[in-house]
Amino acid sequence: MSNSTTSQAFLEWRQKKTTKPTSEKVIEFIIKGAGFSSIILIAAILIFILKESLPFLLSKFDFKEFFMSTEWYPASVVKIRYGILALLVGTVLVTVISMLIAVPLGLACAFYISEFCSPRMREIYKILIEFLAAIPSVVWGFIAIMMINPLIINTFNVPIGLNILNASIILALMSLPLIVSVGEDALRAVPETYREAAEGLGATKWEIAIRVLLPAAKNGLMAAALLGVGRALGETMAVLMATGHSIQIPQSIFEPGRTLTATIAAELGESPKGGEHYQALFAIGLVLFILSFAVNLSADYLIRGRRK
Amino acid sequence: MNKKIQIKNLSVNYGGKDVIKNLNIDVYENEVLAIIGPANSGKSTFLRCLNRMIDFNKDARVSGEILLDGQNIYDDEDSTFLRRRVGMVSPLPVGLPMTIKENVTYAPRMAGCKDNAELDAIMEDCLNKAALWDEVKDRLHTLATKLSGGQQQRLTIARALSHHPEILCLDEFSIAIDPVTTMKIEAVLQELKKDITIIMVTNVINQAKRLGDRTAMMLHGEILDLDDNNRLFSGHVKDPRTKDYIEGLFG
Amino acid sequence: MFRPSSHLINKEIKEKKFKNLLSSITFFLFLPALIIILWLAIKGSPVLSWDFLTQDPINGMTAGGIFPTIVGTFWLVVLSVLVSCPLGVIAAIYLSEYAADNTLTRIIRLAILNLAGVPSIVHALFGLGAFVLFMKMGTSILAASFTLAVMNLPVIITSTLESLKAVPHSYREASWNVGASKLQTIRYIVLPNSIPGILTGVVFSVGRSAGETAAILFTGVAFYLPFLPRSVFDQCMSLSMHLFTISTQVVGVPDAYPYATALVLILLILSVNSIAVILRSYFRTKRKW
Repeated sequence: MSNSTTSQAFLEWRQKKTTKPTSEKVIEFIIKGAGFSSIILIAAILIFILKESLPFLLSKFDFKEFFMSTEWYPASVVKIRYGILALLVGTVLVTVISMLIAVPLGLACAFYISEFCSPRMREIYKILIEFLAAIPSVVWGFIAIMMINPLIINTFNVPIGLNILNASIILALMSLPLIVSVGEDALRAVPETYREAAEGLGATKWEIAIRVLLPAAKNGLMAAALLGVGRALGETMAVLMATGHSIQIPQSIFEPGRTLTATIAAELGESPKGGEHYQALFAIGLVLFILSFAVNLSADYLIRGRRK
Repeated sequence: MNKKIQIKNLSVNYGGKDVIKNLNIDVYENEVLAIIGPANSGKSTFLRCLNRMIDFNKDARVSGEILLDGQNIYDDEDSTFLRRRVGMVSPLPVGLPMTIKENVTYAPRMAGCKDNAELDAIMEDCLNKAALWDEVKDRLHTLATKLSGGQQQRLTIARALSHHPEILCLDEFSIAIDPVTTMKIEAVLQELKKDITIIMVTNVINQAKRLGDRTAMMLHGEILDLDDNNRLFSGHVKDPRTKDYIEGLFG
Repeated sequence: MFRPSSHLINKEIKEKKFKNLLSSITFFLFLPALIIILWLAIKGSPVLSWDFLTQDPINGMTAGGIFPTIVGTFWLVVLSVLVSCPLGVIAAIYLSEYAADNTLTRIIRLAILNLAGVPSIVHALFGLGAFVLFMKMGTSILAASFTLAVMNLPVIITSTLESLKAVPHSYREASWNVGASKLQTIRYIVLPNSIPGILTGVVFSVGRSAGETAAILFTGVAFYLPFLPRSVFDQCMSLSMHLFTISTQVVGVPDAYPYATALVLILLILSVNSIAVILRSYFRTKRKW
């Protein structure tokens, strides 16, 4: 082909391959390696926690005692007991109560932001949600001690304010941003045509919310709630500071308790490395790992179900 | 006439579905081959095979041979050189999010050309060929994404020419642009075919009539008819469906 | 003249009530955030001063400043980002540009999801088992930073993935079409156009790790250290841990001290997040397509 502006140099570089295949292959190999990092890490987490807890699981571990007994006396001289029932109940209690507060409020908030707000207001609220989500758990714990504690004592006229209720309130506040933003995403994902069709039939926003959006976004909203559960389940510092310190099954929400996470945080530092107590705490870590795994898988299943 | 491309028993299976079934075509040097046919006939897939863009469709299975100047295009593991020889213009204009100049010199730069004078020459040459130079010569450093659709489509053509292709494939290039711009580009193509081989997929039958030397009718992954334009459009067809399609009875 | 029936008027009133209910719920949910910051500011401001930020804690952490904790937090955050950022971005590039739609990719996605959901105290256990003991880093800044990095990895992968996916596929096709290789396309088309989003995500993750406590609890943070860390193998103090310590473990701390510490921590994180928000809106105006 003849071309006046095309020089010989032009034609020469055109013949060349783009890059040296070997260096490109090495880089692509590295990229693939990094791609698998999360699988490797999640496996490593499981392996290392198993590794540290295995001696306990193989010798002292008694399924019935571990899960059915409320007696957690890891450092006792006369009778050592490793029963996590009270801790399990503590975790479940604060998680459930906090979700009872956070899920309805959070979803109402998601409804408001997604259905009533102007784009500008929505943007502002999103930034606020990000700020709220950014408050670290140790600050929430501090708030529990300094602010919610006296509030509970004065309002309900009870002797201590560091209890199940306090931790639940803090956890609710902490998981709200997640519930609101995931819930809002789920509502946004409902096609605009659904709303228009319902409006065309003369439905009010309330009716649209209940009859159209709720069913359409059901899975996403449930996932939002589940992710909130996951967050509450795994929260450590705030709960450690808010629940008070008492390993017992609380008889009311005004009694202190202890969660699985808080127990590890509070006791690991004092337990001798490699000792039985230390291994038992890793076993609790294993329980937490499995619980959070189950919650996250279910949430993912719900979100994927929605997309299908 | 010299056979530029020989396609032998080309089949493409896409996720269990045969999109192209045992295709055999020869494309001659410096001709314009138009491919017509209704949507989902495998026309675009066919073009994607020619420059191996089909490699990026992970569930596509390609079999058969495509010889370019007698050499199977799958012989070379690296497909970047092939893509420089076979230019491609997609249905929707794509101005890359960089300046006009960077767009047109993108391919040479990626191939390793660093000489600024050389790049400038290529840019002016290609923009001229794509009938865009006069409109943009004063704002070569503005974002290409700010150009109008028609301008972006001509920019896409300029970019496709910048790597000095021997074959230019156009996939329904006029789908997103106005008639005036279409006419401009068609004039450009008339000029270009002196130098290079053009394969164009179009669903505008008159466009195939105007620009093509030969026209192929494709349906359900098969070539029903392939003949010189003056024969095909005057009713000399092998398959009655070709005639029906040309006359607008289906499509 | 058109007159709405009483039925319609009722409907309108109901609608208004519904809206008011929701808006007040929303308002009251965001109220706490505001109250908290104001309240921390009021209670903490008496001791908050330049000296508070630049001096060591004295008298068993009941007086003095918080300088070493700020230094420690800085070390932890910077090191962890240096580890998690490249790894996370490259992992996201793999998922977005290379991974086929198959079972393996689904497993990777699930792994990321679960990694993000693992409780921070479990991360701490992992860090203790893997970095402190197995890799013999000891309780050190290095071990704590690695633990934080593992925690942040899924966050960075997810936000990077979102930014990469936001670059239209047609750009990639156009680049491949003119003979650019896959790697060149990533380098010259995909990354330049997603860097803003990636950066924003990284800055958010910086804010997150600055406040993290549980994950660094047993891996590298000390309650109190009389000296600043001299290398990454030393332990360090951290703002978050310091707040925990002086509000629960130490007796005789004047009230204003933990308040001021909490205020510094929260202001630090909020300003980091503000940078992310500003970056995001700045890049939005500079969008090229």
